[in-house]
Amino acid sequence: MSDTTTTAGEKRSLRDIDLRAVAPFVALAVLLVLGALVNPNFLGMDNLLNVLTRSAFIAIIAVGATFVISAGGLDLSVGSMSAFVAGVMILFMNSGAVAGIFPMLAAAMLLAVVVGGLCGLANGTITTVGRIEPFIVTLGTMGIFRALVIWLAEGGSIAMKAPDLRAAYRPVYFGNVLGVPIPVLVIIAVGLIGAFILYRTAFGRHVIAVGSNEDVARYSGIPVNRVRTLTYVIQGVCVAIAVLVYVPRLGAATPTTGLLWELQAITAVVIGGTALRGGVGRIWGTICGALILEVVGNIMVLSDLVSEYLIGAVQGAIIIIAMLVQRSLMRRR
Amino acid sequence: MATAFANETATPSDRPLLEAVGISRSFGPVEVLSNINLALMPGEVHAIIGENGAGKSTLMKILAGHLPPTRGTLKIDGEPVAFTGPVDAEHRGIVLVHQEILLAPDLTVAQNIYLGREIRKGLTLDDRAMNKGAAQAVHSLGADIEPTTVVGRLSIAKRQLVQIARALLVPQRVVIFDEPTASLTLTETDALLKVIGEIRRRGAAVLYISHRLPEVKEIADRVTVLRDGKLITTRDAEGLEPVDMARLMVGRDVAKLYPDRVAAIAPTLALEVEGMNVPGYAENASFVLKKGEILGFAGLVGAGRTELLEGVVGLRRGSGKVKLNGHPVHFVTPRDSMRAGIVYLSEDRKGKGLLLAQDLRINVTLAALGQFVRGLLIDRKKEAAALDGAITEFDIRTRRKDLLAGQLSGGNQQKLLLAKMMLLNPDIVVIDEPTRGIDIGTKEQIYKFIADLAAGGRSVIVISSEMPELIGICDRIVVMRGGRIVGEVTGDRMTEDEIVVYATGVTSREAASMAGHA
Repeated sequence: MSDTTTTAGEKRSLRDIDLRAVAPFVALAVLLVLGALVNPNFLGMDNLLNVLTRSAFIAIIAVGATFVISAGGLDLSVGSMSAFVAGVMILFMNSGAVAGIFPMLAAAMLLAVVVGGLCGLANGTITTVGRIEPFIVTLGTMGIFRALVIWLAEGGSIAMKAPDLRAAYRPVYFGNVLGVPIPVLVIIAVGLIGAFILYRTAFGRHVIAVGSNEDVARYSGIPVNRVRTLTYVIQGVCVAIAVLVYVPRLGAATPTTGLLWELQAITAVVIGGTALRGGVGRIWGTICGALILEVVGNIMVLSDLVSEYLIGAVQGAIIIIAMLVQRSLMRRR
Repeated sequence: MATAFANETATPSDRPLLEAVGISRSFGPVEVLSNINLALMPGEVHAIIGENGAGKSTLMKILAGHLPPTRGTLKIDGEPVAFTGPVDAEHRGIVLVHQEILLAPDLTVAQNIYLGREIRKGLTLDDRAMNKGAAQAVHSLGADIEPTTVVGRLSIAKRQLVQIARALLVPQRVVIFDEPTASLTLTETDALLKVIGEIRRRGAAVLYISHRLPEVKEIADRVTVLRDGKLITTRDAEGLEPVDMARLMVGRDVAKLYPDRVAAIAPTLALEVEGMNVPGYAENASFVLKKGEILGFAGLVGAGRTELLEGVVGLRRGSGKVKLNGHPVHFVTPRDSMRAGIVYLSEDRKGKGLLLAQDLRINVTLAALGQFVRGLLIDRKKEAAALDGAITEFDIRTRRKDLLAGQLSGGNQQKLLLAKMMLLNPDIVVIDEPTRGIDIGTKEQIYKFIADLAAGGRSVIVISSEMPELIGICDRIVVMRGGRIVGEVTGDRMTEDEIVVYATGVTSREAASMAGHA
């Protein structure tokens, strides 16, 4: 009995795996067709690039979240962390600690990445060393980061003061290279690096192994805690990269910066086909998921079908539908 | 519901209560049961014996409505029936007492016993009546458990008793016990055997699955032997000795199962462990392992064998002196011991050995992934070559290479786990329950492989609950009891009797009645 091969549906299972990986892209294609039907302007180059650009924050953060979730973790603090990193970065630029516009920008960017990485390191260390559920840990740090930014801003907002810095920094969000907006290039770069790490390196394999079954990973000699912690560090760095693109857009961090980004990031990851229980990670699916969220919002704005005030409700419905689709594809195996 | 036995009507007759006619069951192309005919008469205790993988569990699941048969029919009182599920079977009076514990750990004993059939008083639950009923049900099993205790706080043995009490609360015509005594003490076993006598007296039939042959001899009226999914024979228990039962179960000369080997033990010590403590599991354990030796660890379940070795290789926190080839070492993580040349293959293949949801390639290279990294990249071609090598060397039978590890049979999973760990090219291999849940053909291969390891100058530690296996392949056997090493046998003294005496701490007659335990 215990020695029987599970043969039923072997052939089908392979096709199903492909199906699940392809599903988000099919959904995006359907949405694009739908958008074109609703409003002819939707498929215009300007509108599409605009949608891509605006999806950058969530897409970049969600690539980090793909690592955390694939390893069986969760990070609820990314939205607050974004605001905190942005606040620290702007305060540093306002301090004038580094002379010269470009040296200052470079130093500020480096600082943001370091702060993001440290925030992630804190999440990861508390989770692994303290052996506390990541849900609880990041719920706590979510509150902490949010409060810190409000405190730094003394209840108001933190705005970039130097006009020359603002002018120099502006193109990072608004500029383009050969017609492609820089945020879109950043998405592609983050996606490529993320996919390389997750799919081609030993670390990426370890992430999947830890998320698949922590015990098996441990018994295979994988340093489970180190791998887990590093996924949170990657998440922190991704948050920082998103902040680098975000700051020049408004030039300020406010107490509402990054509000509910964690939900959107997790939604993007799940829509993209990454399993919330860990063990499966899909970088390009995640980016596709972030695009889907933005495209849905865009279609709602461009059409009169549904009030755009209901964007949150529609996005909420999407995550549930995505899970149902995943489940039904799973069951057919 | 005052009595633990809800069975009120008993009309003994010569007609079978439950009959299996030509039952077969396949999983995919593998037929695990073929053409089983079995009749359960009123008031009889019918034992089913067979090796692991003989099809006992499948047969029971079919009889209790958990699985439909692929072919054949079930009859109750001569009428053909097709169960829609276990609840349907239970309504018809067929109750299965599971081997695994299926209780809600956060609920009390009484709440578990009455789960899904709570006694109500108006809109609310009648806790007093349920506690009283539960207390009686448990008491009739010879156990003393407060009905208001939360199940999670009970020992495994007591949970087993609660589960039996729960099963016996519904009216029964056929009660199926799946290794009910595996975790019970001798007193509890005696009480259970009395209860079974009571069920029989009321005219119900009992189907009894056990590995403890002396126990089978004691209570069964008839014995059915399954082997490789086929019914070998059904005989009266009268005049059938445990030795005969064992012979019928295995169906061949057991000695041939184990490889002939000339032990090539070098005088050098590969591993020395002195005063090892693993808090809560092992105390002050000392042993040595020679180069080229196969050392067995025997003992009852819970004796601390697994935990002791896990402590040695750094999978558990432990303290004590460990020397590798004469040099003191201290392993904090399993990574340390792997680098030093010791691998540990878990008894829990599915939970700790393999990533069931990942493919074979990812599994086979996981522990030795460093060998497959060139620069930053994993060399997938080299990985594929390693998988090909593993499939050939370990005779892993898989029709396709892109299957998931969970889709392999238990035997092939064990071979895959071996292949995975052998990629590390270890000097010392610790194998925990190497053949649990594995068919006899694969067992033979694994024994041969273990013998080859030792012949190649490696040292092997085998932890096993199957004494014949230890005796068949080991050069020396260490016996543990209650976390301590209590004895060591070698040469002619490697007999089941000798080991059982050490493992249980009892002697003579008591030991004999435990002989089937392991």
